[in-house]
Amino acid sequence: MAAVNAPPPELLDQPVAATAWRHRHLLDLDGLTWPEFELIMQTTDSMREVLRRPIAKVPALRGRSVTILFYEASTRTRVSFEVAAKNLSADVVSIAAQSSSITKGESLVDTVRTVEALGANMLVMRHAVSGAPYLAARHFSGSVLNGGDGWHAHPSQALLDLYTMRQHVPGGSVRGRKVVIVGDVLHSRVARSNIWSLTAAGADLWLCGPATLLRGFEAWARSWRGPSGRGVPGSFHVTTDLGAALRDADVVMALRIQRERQAGGLLPSLREYAARFGITAERLAGANPDVLVMHPGPMNEGVEIAPDVAIGRGSVITEQVTNGVAVRMAVLYLLAGAEPRRG
Amino acid sequence: MNGRQIMTAEEIRRATIRISHEIVEKQAGTEGLVLIGIQRRGVPLAQRFAAAILEHENVSVPVGALDITFYRDDLSLVAQQPVVKGTDLPFDLNGVTVVLVDDVLYTGRTIRAAMDALVDFGRPRAIRLAVLVDRGHRELPIRADHVGKNVPTSREEIVRVHLTETDGDDSVDIERRAATLAGAIG
Repeated sequence: MAAVNAPPPELLDQPVAATAWRHRHLLDLDGLTWPEFELIMQTTDSMREVLRRPIAKVPALRGRSVTILFYEASTRTRVSFEVAAKNLSADVVSIAAQSSSITKGESLVDTVRTVEALGANMLVMRHAVSGAPYLAARHFSGSVLNGGDGWHAHPSQALLDLYTMRQHVPGGSVRGRKVVIVGDVLHSRVARSNIWSLTAAGADLWLCGPATLLRGFEAWARSWRGPSGRGVPGSFHVTTDLGAALRDADVVMALRIQRERQAGGLLPSLREYAARFGITAERLAGANPDVLVMHPGPMNEGVEIAPDVAIGRGSVITEQVTNGVAVRMAVLYLLAGAEPRRG
Repeated sequence: MNGRQIMTAEEIRRATIRISHEIVEKQAGTEGLVLIGIQRRGVPLAQRFAAAILEHENVSVPVGALDITFYRDDLSLVAQQPVVKGTDLPFDLNGVTVVLVDDVLYTGRTIRAAMDALVDFGRPRAIRLAVLVDRGHRELPIRADHVGKNVPTSREEIVRVHLTETDGDDSVDIERRAATLAGAIG
């Protein structure tokens, strides 16, 4: 992705002037400047206001066709994109790979070309293979939005995470706040996208989990140059010591233990994981008393997060889902402005 | 500045007071009256009308703000999505008389979009329109009920309204369009 001009730290948290949106696709967050993050956050505020209206629908994307193509199971991301597109008056076509010609062996590129020939202007896709949306973007004349690709990226999730944190953290900024992501970091596209956004936001970011599920991240943290390529403003820490990670934490995000990706024997057992890394009320006692508890869903309650914590005082897990619609409306709207026109 | 001034601060003040009287006169009072400014300069203008009504009628008329970005019909013509400034309508629109307030009336497309947006919030008894400047060149069958000043213009000219709240001073200027498309939306 293109090099980014990250602002000096003193410019963080400044209100955005009329920042121009120039990206045609949203594939990951590594190419975004801080003013672009701010623009998305600000546009999300407006979308939240739209969602509170008696008729939560505006004609901004009238006449645009959004195709939602999911090669992997999903409820919240797929429905959330679908609701978002409909709230903006786009025409929405939803394709589940299981019931399409993909089962007959149609290639990704063929499918993308077919979807385009059928009139799609924007393509939201999820794929089990990292990088698949990048391939799709090369063969699609409209905008591609990555709804999750393999272990690689889940940009709309990281944006809604950032938005939800800013809503709840005193002062409305995560700058200098201790944010801890706990769990299966290795297989997590959510964690990877969050690294880009949270370091850009200047958070004190910690990744924590069993050593087998952090493989490669320590080296990445050491060589981390940040989204700017200059190492400013953020960096992140990697640790297997959950107690140290949670100490004075402002935000704790538990990642889903992906049972479908645990065939490689990286975890002795779910029970051992829960005993050592599960987020429980006792473990949270070392965190900031107002700690926010987050989870990208779907949760394995009793494994990575205790049921009482999931619905406890600091939990903003359902708000993450609600904010997901507003954030996805914002990115659809912004990308629609950068999309080349036809006809 | 390469333009000429068509309204001074004093003229803007007098026009504001006159329009505020006209609004009350037309409504035969202030019962069921709300003012809604269109972002961005319609909002401080609506607040000024409300302040003037408070002064001479001793009634506080509710003021709202409307952002019409999502209702524009020219999104496919502009290079980038405009930045949204926010809608705030802290009252029920059903059955009230809405006076829409904007700084310049030009093609009428902004007002069309504003009316579309308003009816999504409720069913006002009536919608009226108050503008500081009417510069002509309508593309839709829309006219203002209250006008500060009618200004004959050519399409090559740009009318710039400055308000203290948004721009630091009060004045209305007219200038020739430079080689830029900025200000194309009236």
